[in-house]
Amino acid sequence: MNIIACVKQVPDTEAQIKVKADGSGIEEGQIKWVMNPYDEFGVEEALRLKEKNGGDVTIISVGPARAMETIRTALAMGADKGVHVCDPVLDKADAYVTAAALAAVIKGMPYDIIFCGQRAIDDDSGQVGAILAEMLDIPQLTIITKVEYAGSTIKAIKPIEGAQLLIETALPCVVTAQKGLNEPRYASLPGIMKAKKKPVDVKNAAALGIAVEAKAKVVKTIPPPARAAGKIICGDDPAQKAVEVARLLREEAKVI
Amino acid sequence: MAKGVWIVAEQRDGALRKISFELASTARKLADQTGDEVSAILLGSGIESLAAQLGKYGVDKVYVGDSPALEPYVTEAHAAAVAKIVKENDPAILLLGASVQGKDLAARLAGKLATGLATDCTDVKIADGKLLAVRPMYAGKCFGEIVTGSNPQIASLRPNVFPVAENAKAAQVVKFDPAVDAAQLKSKVLEVQKDTSGKVDLTEANVIVSGGRGMKGPEGYAILEELADTLHGCVGASRAAVDAGWRPQKDQVGQTGKVVSPNLYIACGISGAIQHLAGMSSSKYIVAINKDAEAPIFAKADYGVVDDLFKVVPELNSACKKLLA
Ligand SMILES: Cc1cc2nc3c(=O)[nH]c(=O)nc-3n(C[C@H](O)[C@H](O)[C@H](O)COP(=O)(O)OP(=O)(O)OC[C@H]3O[C@@H](n4cnc5c(N)ncnc54)[C@H](O)[C@@H]3O)c2cc1C
Ligand SMILES: Nc1ncnc2c1ncn2[C@@H]1O[C@H](COP(=O)(O)O)[C@@H](O)[C@H]1O
Repeated sequence: MNIIACVKQVPDTEAQIKVKADGSGIEEGQIKWVMNPYDEFGVEEALRLKEKNGGDVTIISVGPARAMETIRTALAMGADKGVHVCDPVLDKADAYVTAAALAAVIKGMPYDIIFCGQRAIDDDSGQVGAILAEMLDIPQLTIITKVEYAGSTIKAIKPIEGAQLLIETALPCVVTAQKGLNEPRYASLPGIMKAKKKPVDVKNAAALGIAVEAKAKVVKTIPPPARAAGKIICGDDPAQKAVEVARLLREEAKVI
Repeated sequence: MAKGVWIVAEQRDGALRKISFELASTARKLADQTGDEVSAILLGSGIESLAAQLGKYGVDKVYVGDSPALEPYVTEAHAAAVAKIVKENDPAILLLGASVQGKDLAARLAGKLATGLATDCTDVKIADGKLLAVRPMYAGKCFGEIVTGSNPQIASLRPNVFPVAENAKAAQVVKFDPAVDAAQLKSKVLEVQKDTSGKVDLTEANVIVSGGRGMKGPEGYAILEELADTLHGCVGASRAAVDAGWRPQKDQVGQTGKVVSPNLYIACGISGAIQHLAGMSSSKYIVAINKDAEAPIFAKADYGVVDDLFKVVPELNSACKKLLA
C-alpha cells in the first residue's frame, strides 16, 4: 500500500498564545513546536496499515524550516520518507492554499490512502483534509475513530451527534483522524537515529505551480474577550454553599 | 453579481435540527443589513414538508432537493447538490452549522467552489458590505477576524452560540433536481448505531455537569448523573477521566475532545488545565466545585465553591430540585 500522512507543526497545547500589539498575528518567540496531536493519530494509523499490509509511508508537511523537525519525528516513529514544502510565500497560507500544495505533491505519486488530522490545533479550521480530497477528486471520511482496510475499500467508524456511523468508502480516499483512533507510539532511540538518514525532498511553491493567495484571510487577530471575575461562595457548610449556588443560578444567571 | 444570504439547513430522521433555526435567524439578521433575501437549501428524502418551518425564522425561499440518494448524508452527494444550486444562483454568503455534518460539508464545498471558509464561528457581521467572521483560534486562546475575497463567502457557525429569533415569513418553496445518482457514490453508510441513552449530544446540551479526576472512579459519576437529570442536562468529562476509562471518549470536553457552549457548565473535580478550558470557555455560565482553592478553573468560573465535591454536589442537586419543583 502507498500511504500518505500529512502533518503540521503547531504550538504545544500548553503554549501561552500572545497576540501581537498590531493584531497582525501571534508572537512566536516563546513557543515550543510539536506535531499536531491529531496528526500523530494519522501517522500511527498509517504505520499500522503498513505493518499489516506492507507498503510505504510518506510524510508531507507544508511549513517553515522548523517543520522539518516534525517530519523527522514522524520518520523516527517509522515512516519511510518525507516531502517538505518550504517557502516563505506560504507563510500566510490558508486551508485552501495548503491543500493545493499538498495536492500538487500527491498528484505526482502513487497513493491508496491519505491521513490528515481532523483539525490542526493552531488555526482549528478542520478543512485541509476535505479540500485536499476534493482537489484529488476522491472521497473523504472525516473525524474517524476506527479504520478497517478491506482491499479496495475501507470501513470506518465516524461518531456524530448522538450516534456512530459505519461507513464504507472506495479507495483511494482521505481519512481525517480523531482521538480514539489509536494510541500513537513514541519514537524509539534507534528510530531517531534511522530517521536522520531517511530521504526528505524539499520543494518550493514555484516547483508545485500553485497560486499562493489565501481565500480566507485573517485580517485581524484579537485576544479572547475577558471574563468578569467570578464569585467564590464562602462558608463552612457545603449544604449552605450549594443552596447559595442554586439561588444564584436561578435568580442572577437565570440558567436553571 | 453575487447576492443573497444562504444557509444549508440540517435535518436528521425527518426533523430539522436546532442549528438550522440558529442559521436561519442569523442569516435573517445579516440579510436585513444588506437588504437581501434569505434562502435555505434543504436536502434529504421525503423532507419537503419541513421547508415551511424555516419560514418561521425568517427564510424567504427554500430550495428543496429531495432524492433517496441524499439520505442518509454522505459528503459527495450533499456537496454535489449544494454546489449545483449555489452555482445556479450565485449567493454572496453561505452559512452552515459547525456540527459534525456541517463541518464535513462546508470544507468540501470550500474546495468545490474554490472559495474561503471560516470554521466554527462565534460571531458574524457585515462590514464594508462583506461578511466578517469571528472565530476562536489556538483553542480559544485568541480570536481571528476572517474575510473572504471570493463568493460565496462561507462560514460555519458554532452550535448553541447564535440566538434563535422568530421572524415569520411565508417561505416560498422551490424544488430543484439535485442530480445525484446513488449508484455512482463511492461512500455508503452501512449502519447507524444510535446512542440509546436518549440524551442529546454534549455540543447541543443546554446544561453540562462535568467530572474530572476528582471523581475518583467511574462510580463517582452517579451523583453527576443525578444532578444532570435534575437540570435536564448531560454529563461530560475531562481527558484524565476518559483516559482512565471512567467515561467514554464521546464525553470528553477540551482541545482533543468536544468544544461545547452550554448555558451552564458545572465543573466538578476538574483542575482547569488549559486544554480543558479550550473546550468549554465559551459556555455562558461556569460553576467550579473543587477542593483546591488554587485550581485554575476558578479563574474562569462565574461561581466557585471550594469544598469536597462529594459533599457539595448532592446538596446542589437537592437545592436545584427544590427550586424547580
Ligand atoms: C495534547 C494534549 C491534549 C489534551 N486534551 C485535553 C482535552 O481535550 N480535555 C481535557 O480535559 N484535558 C486534555 N488534556 C489533559 C490536560 O492537560 C489535563 O491533564 C486534564 O485536563 C486534567 O484533568 P482533571 O482536571 O480531571 O485532572 P487533575 O488536573 O488531576 O485535576 C483534578 C482536580 O480534582 C480536584 N479534586 C480532587 N478530589 C476532589 C474532591 N473530593 N472534591 C473536589 N475537588 C477534588 C483536585 O483539586 C484537582 O484540581 C490534554 C493534554 C495534552 C498534552
Ligand atoms: N501545513 C500543513 N502541512 C501538512 N499538513 C497540513 C498542514 N495544514 C494542515 N494539514 C493537515 O490537515 C489537517 C487539518 O488541518 P486544518 O484544516 O488546518 O485544521 C491537519 O491535521 C494536517 O493533517
